[in-house]
Amino acid sequence: MKSESRLGWMLVAPALGVIALIAIFPLGWTFWESLHLHELRMPWLGKPFIGVDNYVEIARDPRFWAALGHTAFFTFVSISLELVIGLFLALAMNRAFRGRGFVRAAVLVPWAIPTVVAALLWRFIFESQGGIANELLVSVGILDQPIVWFIKTWTAWIPVILADVWKTTPFVALLLLAGLQNIDLTLYEAAAVDGANPWWQLRHITLPLLKPAILVTLIFRTLDGFRVFDLIYVLTGGGPGTTTEPVALYTFNALLQNLRFGYGSALSVVIFSITFGIALLYVKGLGVKLAGEER
Amino acid sequence: MKARAGWGQWAMGGVLVALMVFTLFPFYWALVSSFTPDAALFRDPSLWPKDIILDHYRALFDERDFFTPIRNSLIVAGTTTFFCLTVGTLAAYALARLEFRGKAAIMAFILAVTMFPQISIVSPLYLLLRSLRLIDTYPGLIMPYMTFAMPLTVWVLTGSIRQIPRDLEEAAHVDGASRRQSFTKILLPLAVPSLATTGILTFIYCWNEFLFALSFTLGPERQTVPVAIALFRGQYQVPWGQILAAAVVATAPVAVMVLLFQRRIVQGLTAGAVKG
Amino acid sequence: MARISLEHVEKVYPNGYVAARDLSLEVADGELLVLVGPSGSGKSTILRLMAGLESVTGGTIRIGERDVTDLPPQQRDIAMVFQNYALYPHMTVRQNLAFGLTIRKQPVSVIDQRVLAVAASLGLDVLLDRKPAQLSGGQRQRVALGRAIVREPLAFLFDEPLSNLDAQLRVETRVELSRLHRKLGATMVYVTHDQSEALTLGDRIAVLKEGVLQQIATPMQLYHHPANKFVAGFIGSPSMNFLDGVVRREGPGAERTFRGKDLTIDVPLRTEAPDKVFLGVRPQHLEVFGGANAGGDGTLRAEVGVVEPMGNEQIVYVTLSGGDRLVAVAPPDQQVTPGDVVSIRVRPEGIHVFDAGTGARLG
Repeated sequence: MKSESRLGWMLVAPALGVIALIAIFPLGWTFWESLHLHELRMPWLGKPFIGVDNYVEIARDPRFWAALGHTAFFTFVSISLELVIGLFLALAMNRAFRGRGFVRAAVLVPWAIPTVVAALLWRFIFESQGGIANELLVSVGILDQPIVWFIKTWTAWIPVILADVWKTTPFVALLLLAGLQNIDLTLYEAAAVDGANPWWQLRHITLPLLKPAILVTLIFRTLDGFRVFDLIYVLTGGGPGTTTEPVALYTFNALLQNLRFGYGSALSVVIFSITFGIALLYVKGLGVKLAGEER
Repeated sequence: MKARAGWGQWAMGGVLVALMVFTLFPFYWALVSSFTPDAALFRDPSLWPKDIILDHYRALFDERDFFTPIRNSLIVAGTTTFFCLTVGTLAAYALARLEFRGKAAIMAFILAVTMFPQISIVSPLYLLLRSLRLIDTYPGLIMPYMTFAMPLTVWVLTGSIRQIPRDLEEAAHVDGASRRQSFTKILLPLAVPSLATTGILTFIYCWNEFLFALSFTLGPERQTVPVAIALFRGQYQVPWGQILAAAVVATAPVAVMVLLFQRRIVQGLTAGAVKG
Repeated sequence: MARISLEHVEKVYPNGYVAARDLSLEVADGELLVLVGPSGSGKSTILRLMAGLESVTGGTIRIGERDVTDLPPQQRDIAMVFQNYALYPHMTVRQNLAFGLTIRKQPVSVIDQRVLAVAASLGLDVLLDRKPAQLSGGQRQRVALGRAIVREPLAFLFDEPLSNLDAQLRVETRVELSRLHRKLGATMVYVTHDQSEALTLGDRIAVLKEGVLQQIATPMQLYHHPANKFVAGFIGSPSMNFLDGVVRREGPGAERTFRGKDLTIDVPLRTEAPDKVFLGVRPQHLEVFGGANAGGDGTLRAEVGVVEPMGNEQIVYVTLSGGDRLVAVAPPDQQVTPGDVVSIRVRPEGIHVFDAGTGARLG
C-alpha cells in the first residue's frame, strides 16, 4: 500500500536524518580535508589542495605501518583468547547450575564499566615494582624479581591484552551463548544414543552449528579491535615510546596533539576504509537476512 | 561412565572458579586499595587490607568535586538515551512492521554506521562544534553521541519489535483500531521491556564513552566520569588512592544495575547482535 | 449479517508468487463456507484478503453491497479468529472482549452488558479478570471467539481456529461452532486443511489448490460428484483409490470399458473418452471377499498387507498382482488377516472416471 510506504519513510526520517547529519556529513568533510595540507600549528601555510600527497606520506610513514602492525597483533591475539575462553564460558553457562545467575552477572560487570576504568584497574595491578601482579608472580615463583612492566614493549602488551580479554570476553561469551541456545538439544541426545562422547559432540555438532554465531562475534570483535583507543590511551599511552600505539591513537595524536588536520584526516580515511571493508564483508555475508526475514 | 562425567564436571567447575577469580580480582583489589593510604600502596602489598582509611573517598568528593563529572555523565547519557529512544522507536516500528522500498538498504546503512571508527569523525565534529560554539557544552556531547547511540537503538529495537507477534496488531486492526491506536494500545505496552533494555544498553554505552568526551570538553566543568578519572593528576605522583576510589564509585552503581537487570541486558545484547 | 463476494480476485506477491488466481466465489448471507485445501493452496491468503489484512492485486471484494476492495480492515466491520488466537497478553479477558467496542467508543454500559452476555454464553464469566497467560488453550480459543461475537460484525472469519487444540477438544469445539452458527445465523468463512472438519462444518465447501478454486459445492456434492481428481482425492477419508488405464469401446453398444493393469470394468461413459484415464473408487465402494476366486470383470485378486481395526469398520490395505495398492473398507466382524489372498469387488455405482491429463471428471 502506498500510504504504508509514505508512513514508513516519515517514521524513519528523523532517525536517518540525525545519523546522516552527524555521521555522514563529517565523514565527507574528513575526506575533503584529507586532500589538503592543514597544519594548525603553521597557519601561515594556509590550506592548499594537495591531492593524494597525504596518502603518499602515509604509505611512506613507518610509524603508521608500525601502528597498523600493533593493531593487527593486538586484535589477533585478543580475539583468539576471547574466542576460546568465551566459548568455554558459554558452554558452562549453557547448563543450569546453582549460582549461574551470579556468574552471568559477575561476568557482565567488566563489560559494563567504562574502558578507561578497566584500563586503570589493570594498570594499577601491574604498576611499579610494588604492584600486586609483581607481588603475586614473585611469591608463586614465576618471576625471580619484580619487573617494570611498562618499560619494555613485549611486557607492556601483556597487561593490555589481559585487560581487553578481561573486559570483552563476557560479550563474546554472550554472543556464543545465544548461538548455543539455538542448537536443538535432541541432536545431542541422538548422538549420545548413537554412542558419541562429549568431545565428538563438541567437534561435530556444537562447533559446526555455532559457526554463524562465531562469525558474527569475529566480525564485531575485529572491528572493535581495530578501533581500540581508550584502553591503550590509559594503559600505556602508546608506549614505551610508540611501540604499543594503535592506528586510532596515532591518528588522535596527529590530529589533536600535533594538530596536523590534513594528515590526520587522511589517516582517518584510511582507518575508515579498512573498517568499512571489514564491515562490508559482514553486511554482505549476513545482510541478506536483514529486511525480509519474517515473512 | 558416571565417574568420568563427574571428573569432567569437576574440571569444568574448577576452570569456572578460576575465571570467576580472574574476573572479580581487579575489583576486589581496587576496593581494598581504595581504603589503603597512598604511601602503603606499592610497598609490600597484601591481599588482605591492613589499614582502612576513608581519606581517598573524602578527597574525591571534597577536593576533587567528583559530583560534577557524575552529574555531567548523567545529563549527557540520560538525554541522549531519551532522545534516541523516542526517535528510534518510531524508526524501529517502521522498519519492523511496514513494507517500503529501501528498507533493506536502510538497515544495512544503520548497521554500517554502528561500525564507524569514531576517530574518523572526531576532527570534523570538533570543527563543527567549534563553529557552533558548542565545545565544552552538554549539546556538544549529546550530538556526537547520537552517531553511535541512534543506530544502536534503532537496531536493537527493530530486532525486539520483530519478536512481538504480528497477529496481535492485525487482530487490533480487524477490531477497528487505527494504526496509531494499535501502536499505542497494543505494541507499545508490549514493547516496554525492550524499550527498557535498549535504554539501559544505550545509557551504558553513553556513560562509558571516552574519545568524544575527551576531545570535545575542555575542563572539569563539563567532563564526564571516564574523562575525569583518566585525567586525575596529582601534585607529585599519580594519586592512585583517589583514582581507585573514583573507580569504585563509578563501578558500584554499574555493578548493581547489572545484577538487577542481567537477564534483560543479555537479552538485549543478543537480540541486537545475533539477529543481525 | 451480510454476504461476501469475491470477483476475479488475484493476489500476486512482489516476488512473483501467485497466491490466488482469478478467484470468484460468493458466501451467502448466513452461510458457513469452508475454504479447504493443502498448505500453499492460498486459503489463508484469501481469508486475509477478505479481512483486508492484505490487498488484492486484481479483482473486487464486496461485503454486503459495499465494495471494500480498497478499505482497510478497520472499516470492513468483520471479525476474525486467528489461529494463535492473538489475544492481547497485557489485557484481561474482559478487556480483550471489550476491545473492539472500546475502540469504537461505545458507551461503557453497552460494553459491559454485551461483554457479560457473551462471556456467560461461552462459560468465560469466571475468567473475566484473568490474563491470557493464565488460561488453557481451550479457554483462550473461547476468548478469541467471544471477542469476535461481542462486536456483532457483518461476518466472521476463522483462520484454522482448531488446529492448536488436541484431538478431543477439537471435536467438541467443532460441534460448539456449528451450534453457534445456527444460533447466530451469521455469515462465516472458515479456513482449514482438515477435510473432515470441512465436511462436518460447512454449508458449502470451496476446495482450493495452488490459488485456484477447484470446486465449490455442498459436502455431499463434493463427496459424490467431485469435479476433478484433486477434489476426489482430497475429500473423504480414507482417500479415494486411483487406478490408471484406458477406456475403449469394446462392445457393439455404446458402453465403454476401462482397462487397467489389473482391473477390467464397464464404465457408464457416453461421450468419447480420451485414451488415458484414472478410474477412481472410494474405499467404501470396494468389497473384500475371502478366497482367490477372481471371477470376471470388476474383481481383482489381491494380497492383504495391513489391517487397521477402527471399531466400526476395518481399513484394509491390499496389494494387487500388478503391484498397485488399494485401500478398502470392510465390516468390523469380517475375518481379514495380513497375508490373506482375497478378492476385491468394485461396486459399479462407486466408479468415477477422470481424464489423466487434465484431471477433469468424465463420468
